[in-house]
Parts: sequence; structure tokens; C-alpha cells
Amino acid sequence: MKNKKNIWLSGPYLVWSAAFVIIPLLLVVYYGLTAKDGGFSLEYITAVTQPENWKALWLSVLLSLVSTVICLILSYPLAMILVRSRLSSGSMIIFLFILPMWMNFLLRTIAWQNLLEKNGVINSVLSWLHLPAVNIINTPGAIVLGMVYNFLPFMILPIYNALSKIDENLFHAARDLGANSVQTFVKITLPLTVPGIVSGITMVFIPAMTTFVISDLLGGAKILLIGNVIEQEFKQASNWHAGSGLSLVLMVFIVINMIVTSIADKDGEGALL
Amino acid sequence: MKTALQRIYLALIAIFLYAPIGVLMVLSFNESKSRNHWAGFTTKWYVSLFENKQIMEALYTTLILAFVSAAIAMVLGTAAAIAMEAMGKKLRTYTMGVTNIPMLNADIVTGISMMLLFIALGMRLSFGSVLIAHITFNIPYVILSVLPRLRNLNPSVYEAARDLGASPLQAFGKVILPDLAPGILSGFLLAFTMSLDDFVITHFTKGPGLDTLSTKIYTEVKKGIKPEMYALSTIMFVSVFVLLMLFNGISSRKSAGRAAGKAARSKKADRSETDR
Repeated sequence: MKNKKNIWLSGPYLVWSAAFVIIPLLLVVYYGLTAKDGGFSLEYITAVTQPENWKALWLSVLLSLVSTVICLILSYPLAMILVRSRLSSGSMIIFLFILPMWMNFLLRTIAWQNLLEKNGVINSVLSWLHLPAVNIINTPGAIVLGMVYNFLPFMILPIYNALSKIDENLFHAARDLGANSVQTFVKITLPLTVPGIVSGITMVFIPAMTTFVISDLLGGAKILLIGNVIEQEFKQASNWHAGSGLSLVLMVFIVINMIVTSIADKDGEGALL
Repeated sequence: MKTALQRIYLALIAIFLYAPIGVLMVLSFNESKSRNHWAGFTTKWYVSLFENKQIMEALYTTLILAFVSAAIAMVLGTAAAIAMEAMGKKLRTYTMGVTNIPMLNADIVTGISMMLLFIALGMRLSFGSVLIAHITFNIPYVILSVLPRLRNLNPSVYEAARDLGASPLQAFGKVILPDLAPGILSGFLLAFTMSLDDFVITHFTKGPGLDTLSTKIYTEVKKGIKPEMYALSTIMFVSVFVLLMLFNGISSRKSAGRAAGKAARSKKADRSETDR
């Protein structure tokens, strides 16, 4: 099967990728670096420092960082429990990813409005338990919740995969040599799952940072993230140069992420799925 | 005690992930059009759904789009994965890098970049442009599902088939393809689902007059979502749930039976079986 002739089979895919992945990105670079008259200009890149754009970018980074940390904290113990329960990864993918997606992503996010509202499901349960109500709908807190909800599976899966690849004998050896469970975790488990953690972080951080739908639906359309600003430039203002300029700023974050991923994924195994 | 805590934790996460789905299912039986109050049980939305031409049209577009894009991605992606197995390390790393771009890139950037291309080419934004966009983000899912299968392939089987007189194409079709089939199928399923659930990229690459379920829901958000949408989503969710349960039940019973049979015959583990 390792026949060198097979390499040609990648031809259609590589042509496709060049046409529909690489060239489109170059167009974003072109529009971002030119003014409306077509001449070279940095004005749409530096536009990110305008107060309202800067505020949106900063808020996006902050909220997505918080969401990523929460996802990590929730996912690690979950992945450990799942690995020990010897669930096959196939059925886990189905219940984490595939099944929820058959209920539309927008509808699922809108359903959180019902859950979080002042007289919503969660508050009804809380008042029944005589606990204080939570009022986070239309606040950054609701946006963080929406991000964690939507992107949690992308953190769980790579950590789960990294954990399930660890040879059990390593744990026995560590325990035989006198390590307690905390030491075993810190010296064996954690270092071996770093690639999984890294790809989990990249898979959560970028979608969270660039979303415009979650902030639209759960932030009450008052809180603007950088994604909302870009979306409005394209869909409402039809200012492609301004939208592309801000997208180029986003691409800086994305490129950093890709580099980090490729370092974590040294063997080119594709640690993402 | 410890396992009890673990169970509770698992249950809490499951509630977190499935609570919104439960809410939507409940809303699909709500007499009132309002999302906010419960006016009694009804199944009328499940009837009027099928008379709603707009929703049916959006459903049709969504399913055709998902099926065609996943099928084309399946062919291109499987071919690419086979080629990647044959590549040297350097070329392979580059190809993997290209494959990672649509997965790591932000949906919004992917969407606007393709929109800019289609407009630059003078293409009308319609079904064709959305289809191209969906194929593009679907291919990596197929590649990443097929690659691990390829890696676990036993190369001697292919050589044995050739020795016994099979042409390369026959050997591929009768020996390699059946071994890859589960990977190809799960790649297709993943691609189909991704396409079905996509909103952002469709939002930027579609033109006026074309709607998938996602874009239809997005335009309805401000006016209030029609309860028929909840009914439709519930039907789709439940039917996929039932299908997956059946499929999982069959395949796990099969593999359990196979494992038992094998254990009876010999204790030697089969390399290609232990992986999944």
C-alpha cells in the first residue's frame, strides 16, 4: 500500500485545498492590506486600536480564556472517569458530538435563554430549593456559559484520547517504585497528556474567541465581541476591507494556535480527532 | 464512595450537555407559540410542520447539501488519506498542515474568505457556493477518520492478494477497502453531521433566497422561532438517536460475539482487531 504511485491520489485534494483554502485566505490578506481605492494601506489593520474595536477584541480574548480554563477544569476529571469506565471511544464520540448536533446549534443555544431567564427553568428549580436566583442572562457570564456548553466536547475528546494511550504498566511501575497517587498523577499522567491538553485548548480557544452567534443569542445583542464586529462589517456595512483587516488580526491568533498545535503534534498524527 | 462521586459528576455533565435539548423537546409540545410560558400539551406543531412549505424546503436543502458534500468529501478525503500514507515525512507534514487549516481556522474567517473568492470569481452566491464551502470543511474530517485505519492495515494482506493474482484494483477493492470501510463510514457520518449543524460558513457563502435550517432559524430569532422548528428538531434528534442505538447495539453484539469466538479458538490477540 505504501506505493509511491499512490501519492498522486492526493492531487484532487491538494488542488481543491489550494483553490478553496489557500487562495481565499490570500484574498483576506489582500483586502485587509488595501484601502478602498485599491492602494496598499494599513488603516484597516490599525483600526483594531479604535476604542470600540479594541474593547471587543479584549472582551473576546478574556471571555474565551475564561471559557477555555473552565472547559479544561471540567474535562480532565471527566476524561479520567471515562477512560477508567472503559467506554469505547466510538460511543463517546457519538454521545458527545454527533447526537447533540442533530439538534440545531442555534436552537440549542437559544434553549439556554429559557434555562437562564429570570423566570426560567434554572431559577424555578433554585427557588423551589430556596436558593438565591441567578441572573446572568444577557451578561458576559451567559456568553461564557454558552461557550463552555458549545465547545466542551472539543476539550474532552483530545484529553480522553491522550489518557487512553497511556500504557497501564507505567502506573504499576510508578506505584511499585513508591510513588503515591498524587505523585503518579503529577509525574506520569499529566506530562503524558500535555499534547491532548494543548490540542484541546486550541480547539476551544479559537472558536470561542471568534464566535458571533453565542454573544448574539445570549448576550442580548448588547455585548459585542470581535466576531460580531467583523460580521457587521461584512453583512451590514458591506465594508470588506474593514472586515478583512480585523480578520487578519484574528488570524495572528489563529496562526499562533496552529504553530502550537504542530509542535504538540510532532508526528503529524493529527491529534485533533 | 469514590465511584458514587464519579457517577454524580458524569450525570451532572450529561445534564449540562443535554438540558437544552430537553427544553427544546418540551417546547415542541407547547400549545402556546411563546417560548416563555407553558399553555398545555399539544401535538399540533408536528402536523402543521409538514404543511409549512418554507421549513420543508429548508430541510430539503439542508439534507441534500449534507449528503452531497459528505459524499464528495468522502471520496476526495479517502483518496488523500491513502496518498498521505505513501508520502515521505516532509510532504506528509505539509499535507497535514493544509488539512488542519479548515479545522483550526475560525469559522468566520473561513466563511468570509470563501465569500471573497466566490465574489472575486463572479460566482453567484447560491447552492453551488455553499456546497463548495461545505465540501471544503468536510474533507479534513474524512481524512482524520480514515488515517488511523490505514495505519493499522496489515501490508502483507495486500501483497498476498497481489501474489494470488489480483490486479491492484481488485486487491484494493476486495482487501483494503473492506478494512477501511468503518473509518470511511464514520468520516462520512461526521462530515454529514458537521454540514447539517453548520451555520457560520453557510451564513457567509449563501445568497438571498437560499436557506438551510440553520440560516432559517437565525432569521427567525428576532421575530420569534416557529414552534414547528422545535418539532422538526425533535423528530430529527429522536430518529438519529434510535438509529445510533440500533447500530451500536448491533455492532457491539457482533464484536462481543466475535471476541468470544476468538477467545475460544486462541488466546493470541489479533493486531488489527485490538485497536477498535
